[in-house]
Amino acid sequence: MSRIGVFVCYCGENIGRTVNCSEVTQRAAKLRDVVYSVDYKYMCSDPGQQIIKDAIKKYNLNGIVVASCSPLMHEKTFRHAVVEAGLNPFLCELANIREHCSWVHDDKRNATDKALDLIRMMVEKVKKNLPLDTIKIPVTRRALVIGGGVAGIQAALDIADGGKEVVMVEKSPSIGGHMAQLSETFPTLDCSQCILTPKMVDVNSHKNIKLYTYSEIENVKGYIGNFEITIRKKTRYVDDSICNGCGICIEKCPQKKINSEFNTNLGTRKAIYVPFPQAVPNIPVIDKENCTYFKNGKCKVCEKFCDRNAIKFEQTDEFIKENVGAIVVATGFDLYSIEKERSDNYQGYGEYGYGKDPDIINSLQFERLLSASGPTLGEVTRPSDGKIPETVVFIQCVGSRDKSKGIEFCSKICCMYTAKHTMLYKHKVHNGKAFVFYMDIRAAGKNYDEFVRRAIEEDEAIYLRGRVSRIYREKDKLIVKGADTLIGKQVEIAADLVVLATAMLPQKDTVPFAQKLGIGYDKYHFLSEAHPKLKPIETNTAGIFLAGACQAPKDIPEAVAQASAAASKVLGLCSNDQLEREPYVAYVNESSCIGCEFCLQSCTYSAIENKSIVNSKGELVKKVAYVNKGVCQGCGTCVSICRSKSIDLAGYTDEQIYSEINSMFV
Amino acid sequence: MNYGYFPGCSLHSTAREFNISTKAVCSSLKINFTEVEDWICCGATPAHTTNHDLGLALPYSNLQLAAQQGFDTLVAPCAACYNRLKVSDFEIRKSDEKKNRIHEITEDKTEADISILHLIEFFKNDFGIEEIKSAVKNPLVGLRVASYYGCLLVRPNEIVNFDDEENPTSMDEIVSAIGADALDWSHKTECCGAAHAIPKTEIVLQLCKKLLQAAENSSADCIAVACPLCHANLDMRQNQINKTFGTKFNTPILYITQLMGLALGYGANDLSLQSHFVDPIKLLTRKNLIPQLEKMNREN
Amino acid sequence: MEEKILTSQFEPKIASFVCTWCTYTGADLAGTSRLKYEPNVRIIRLPCTGRIDYNLIIKAFENGADGILVSGCHPNDCHYSSGNFYARRRFIVFRELLQFIGIDVRRVQFAWVSAAEGAKWAKLVNKFTSEIKDLGQFTNYQKIKRDIFLEEAVI
Repeated sequence: MSRIGVFVCYCGENIGRTVNCSEVTQRAAKLRDVVYSVDYKYMCSDPGQQIIKDAIKKYNLNGIVVASCSPLMHEKTFRHAVVEAGLNPFLCELANIREHCSWVHDDKRNATDKALDLIRMMVEKVKKNLPLDTIKIPVTRRALVIGGGVAGIQAALDIADGGKEVVMVEKSPSIGGHMAQLSETFPTLDCSQCILTPKMVDVNSHKNIKLYTYSEIENVKGYIGNFEITIRKKTRYVDDSICNGCGICIEKCPQKKINSEFNTNLGTRKAIYVPFPQAVPNIPVIDKENCTYFKNGKCKVCEKFCDRNAIKFEQTDEFIKENVGAIVVATGFDLYSIEKERSDNYQGYGEYGYGKDPDIINSLQFERLLSASGPTLGEVTRPSDGKIPETVVFIQCVGSRDKSKGIEFCSKICCMYTAKHTMLYKHKVHNGKAFVFYMDIRAAGKNYDEFVRRAIEEDEAIYLRGRVSRIYREKDKLIVKGADTLIGKQVEIAADLVVLATAMLPQKDTVPFAQKLGIGYDKYHFLSEAHPKLKPIETNTAGIFLAGACQAPKDIPEAVAQASAAASKVLGLCSNDQLEREPYVAYVNESSCIGCEFCLQSCTYSAIENKSIVNSKGELVKKVAYVNKGVCQGCGTCVSICRSKSIDLAGYTDEQIYSEINSMFV
Repeated sequence: MNYGYFPGCSLHSTAREFNISTKAVCSSLKINFTEVEDWICCGATPAHTTNHDLGLALPYSNLQLAAQQGFDTLVAPCAACYNRLKVSDFEIRKSDEKKNRIHEITEDKTEADISILHLIEFFKNDFGIEEIKSAVKNPLVGLRVASYYGCLLVRPNEIVNFDDEENPTSMDEIVSAIGADALDWSHKTECCGAAHAIPKTEIVLQLCKKLLQAAENSSADCIAVACPLCHANLDMRQNQINKTFGTKFNTPILYITQLMGLALGYGANDLSLQSHFVDPIKLLTRKNLIPQLEKMNREN
Repeated sequence: MEEKILTSQFEPKIASFVCTWCTYTGADLAGTSRLKYEPNVRIIRLPCTGRIDYNLIIKAFENGADGILVSGCHPNDCHYSSGNFYARRRFIVFRELLQFIGIDVRRVQFAWVSAAEGAKWAKLVNKFTSEIKDLGQFTNYQKIKRDIFLEEAVI
């Protein structure tokens, strides 16, 4: 038997001005099953809440309708009050007679009638409300960080410093990411290695961090608080538990002329190698493709010289399982490949001749030329003949902001690093001339615009506003044809070196990776945040967070900030043994479920699984749907898709909604 | 596929050799094109620079003719005709209001749902580069060809989009297929000055000089074109350029179909090679690339 | 055809099914912005348009609704990523069904109103209310219902 109380709020004059609250209260008292009805000036105030609490006890109410403002405003307030009076919070509903009634209507009669309608609907609904319990999920209080670039490193260190265990997985042989490849960083020109390598060492030596390099995520199962991760530890052919990183194997390897990925193909490495001297961990990898032993069956020089017997040619991929409660994705970015179309429909810039002429390079290659640890030890020379370039042309927005090439977004960091490049170049080649073709200079950030001005005013970089149509060689020079739109003329510059500021793209295999994790991605395959403004760290899958350039182009401070934010989310999640969440989740009526699996397909969150029902002899009776309450987000799509009406959504059950509809019009 | 052929005015006059060589190539490759009956001028540059509707109506009435004659695809060798036909088709598909207006102007309500191909586009996408390759009897080994696309063949990209508008390669693919060396050169899509040849000749001379210079820098033996106007400017005015600038260019300008014709075994006369101002025959003879037709006929 | 009652007093009854994240919040915004709109609409708040079983709409007609407004997040803005796409897809089929059984599909409208579009919500309600006023009271439902029952009886 329902005993409903209706509490009508004036909200000062906000409701009372248009809605005749006392009339509404009186009429509400006559509604079926309403045993108590009262109005008050400010129902959300302390005395207002006290009225509700007292009435619940006095009239033994088992359903509460507060006719006031939007539930998005004060539902929590009133439910809290209801709990204090000993009632289940989900037996309290709000009738929105302010935002949806008094504020939007002028006519008193209409508004008053409508207010009563809204109350009646809620009275009918609340009769069908069931007491619900918040859902509690156990939490594995450790985290996985995917990606060992600066974002991943920061997130891992923050979580580990917060006292929780971290598993870090990095696909390449060393952590460090793109930042390890950079020379100096804007806007302070401090050396990238100097600020990053200490953090890399910290990761390796931190007692709370378990580091898997040269490893990839094979599989992800489970849900927030309870993920089960399978990690594929790729074959290094070097036993990392024995190797002490002495480097004799590298020294003795006869295969010398392999393009070094770390040096963006401007330098070489051996077939057994560490990507760069400061690599963490300092354990070599054998490049199977180029190893003489793997190609010809003979050599094994490294094995002979290794006095610890750490070389293991018979090693195979290893699979490791780890349980974590949260995941930080920090997989970073990739560069747009200028010379050719990628498989994903981006059109290249054939007219710029990248890949055809060695003196046309991309910005990351220029970073390596500038870097003191780079292939030229920091001397800026042309890749073709080692000459010091006297004129360098920098072209911004190569790929970015170019609809016809498939990328409409701004890569954000190129304006800044190009300004940095002109400065560093000028600091090394004093008589050199740096030209920059740009579309707009986007230097929004602390000390950023000042930095660009310095490049122009102090280091005399010549900025030309316009695009380049073509680059071609004429004898010793590269002719750069472009437009200077500020003077309205075409310009031709004879350059020694051309540097293309290429667009940032997500890592190549982001789509299958995102599908593995069950998180969203945008049309460029950047990973999607749950809300562009209010949930920039979360993904749509609870318990998985984003950090760094995998979400969108970002510079180092932004990537680090987001990483720390993700770490704080993880620490928040891991600070409790159990998670609590609203109980608006789907549930299945197993006796009527026909096991058609429509709901399985419709669920965005893969929250629905199959469950077998067996009899006492262990024989299969039937298969039914089963909702994982930890994963279900409560959208209700499965409910409307169910043919046998066997699945329903707590808080928004069919019964509740039909009751609203049936009482909507009198 | 029922292919209609739209030669356009140039191919019946100044660019006769383009028409002749196209027909020769098609007959050798057993390509069946039927010339659209009663076709009219596409309007070229004069029409669209004087009146927008006229610039759309002239090409469109050709499309209507083609549709009435049962063609579903129209192939145009002239880059300008191709461009005008494509633009007209694009604009009219976009807006019903425009279509109705043009229907009124042409006094014809025929819906012209026709796809328009440039000859090169046809060879590349419909016929197939591999097929051309396998039909070659006289590979043009050692001939260094700079393929010149000009403005109209590949631009604007949203309307004519069979190739990269900044760095097109389809003509180069054909050049490679017939055994010649396709040069990656700098001025593939620079403008030749086009119709400025009449009112402001000096512009054309200046631009064509740059083109010829760039071709020479890449050590090209000849330039391949697919546009009658590009051809006229580069070929007919080469002497004038030499006089004006004191240069010594002697670069034959050949239609891509003439090169294809040579590779398919036709002789100089069959392809009207003698009708150019800059004589290509000397070059081709020196390189031993003109097939001896009589000899080949005997062998067959 | 449909019987029309075209009197000046006719105030249509409009039921609206909206998602809580976008349109309900948008309607709240219309309120906080003090935008005025017709008082004919009654909103039912759901977590997502994906939750809208189209039986709910039929039920609303049965209860005397003259028009039904369904609104949720814009495509790609769904809080649950794709609930609104499910709703839209099913709505397309549902419209066909309505047409088939003889209900004027103009009486059911599907819209996207985001949490920021308070003004759009107000405009939408006004426009839809006036359209339904033009269409007149919806009496056909009872007639269709009768026909269907009769048919079933004959069979």
